[in-house]
Amino acid sequence: MADVNRGNRPLSPHLQVYRPQLTSITSIFARITGVALLGAAILVAWWFFAASLGAGYYDVVNGLMTSFVGDVIMFLALWALCYHALSGLRHLIWDIGIGLEVETAEKMGIGVIVGSVVLAIIVALIV
Amino acid sequence: MVQFKLPKNSTVRVGKTWPKPEGATNVRKFQIYRWNPDDGENPRVDTYFLDMDKCGPMVLDALIKIKNEIDPTLTFRRSCREGICGSCAMNIDGINTLACIYGMDEIKGDVKIYPLPHMPVVKDLIPDLTHFYAQHASIMPWLETKTNRPAKEWKQSIEDRKKLDGLYECVMCASCSTSCPSYWWNGDRYLGPAALLHAYRWIIDSRDEATGERLDQLEDPFKLYRCHTIMNCSKTCPKGLNPAKAIASIKKMMVERQL
Repeated sequence: MADVNRGNRPLSPHLQVYRPQLTSITSIFARITGVALLGAAILVAWWFFAASLGAGYYDVVNGLMTSFVGDVIMFLALWALCYHALSGLRHLIWDIGIGLEVETAEKMGIGVIVGSVVLAIIVALIV
Repeated sequence: MVQFKLPKNSTVRVGKTWPKPEGATNVRKFQIYRWNPDDGENPRVDTYFLDMDKCGPMVLDALIKIKNEIDPTLTFRRSCREGICGSCAMNIDGINTLACIYGMDEIKGDVKIYPLPHMPVVKDLIPDLTHFYAQHASIMPWLETKTNRPAKEWKQSIEDRKKLDGLYECVMCASCSTSCPSYWWNGDRYLGPAALLHAYRWIIDSRDEATGERLDQLEDPFKLYRCHTIMNCSKTCPKGLNPAKAIASIKKMMVERQL
């Protein structure tokens, strides 16, 4: 719109100085978990795909996926799924126009963080 | 676009440390962003020390004391010193607020002061708000009417007037918009919380007769919908207003008028 870059004006610091807020952190994690889940989905698809290619290849991939590292990655993916789902629920609540007071939003944020961890552990114990 | 690092000409360097006041027992350290448009240097952070026994309680008191007694070149905007003009908005202790109504007792440790984030700097703590004001002007911040002008005045019921509470108090200090990561990355096209709060203030004014046109104007992937409910705006507003809620209300009206 307006020309704001006259001369050689510097850009004032932003991420470098702005204090992270509960609501901003829960927001960026909704996006990070969303992207990470895409990676996890590809891993799971690769697992199934390996099964269709024959026993030898499947053994390699299955070995990787059920190894300790594979377990850790899958547990993190499970947490990401829980976090992303609860966070999505929070956004649905906001979209109907409620829960937008700062205090309520922060309470829901804590709920999403605690809830996702608890949910992930419960699912992991059941499965 | 998202750009995490500052451009080359904007990286902040360590600046000058000014001498401590003599004989003071209650000394506080201030770290303040400086940039001089005339010397061709990068921005820097200068360190000042003040005797808090001889200083007023607000951050603005400290800035004025530094300017009067230590360094007259320190440049910042200020006017009313009571939170009504919105001039002294800046980033203090990691959040955006008005220096005049932010008490130094609310800050732990050193007092760090920067200009409003992700804005072109005119000098020291003064950001260029030209684009911010142009965005405000673009939402038609006035009463639009089509019917004939009434003999005396445009009347409004007490209930309808109440809808403007929490909106009309905005002093356009730009704290909210410059706290918003969406506004940082897409401020060229996203209107930001302040302009959208003002847009909503006119959309729900019972006397305004351009509600449809106003909503049409905001029906755009960037102008309105870059709001992702990060809520830095509402958290930081020095007047305690809630731009995030106003934006959500506009989004809701967008859906409701489709039904």
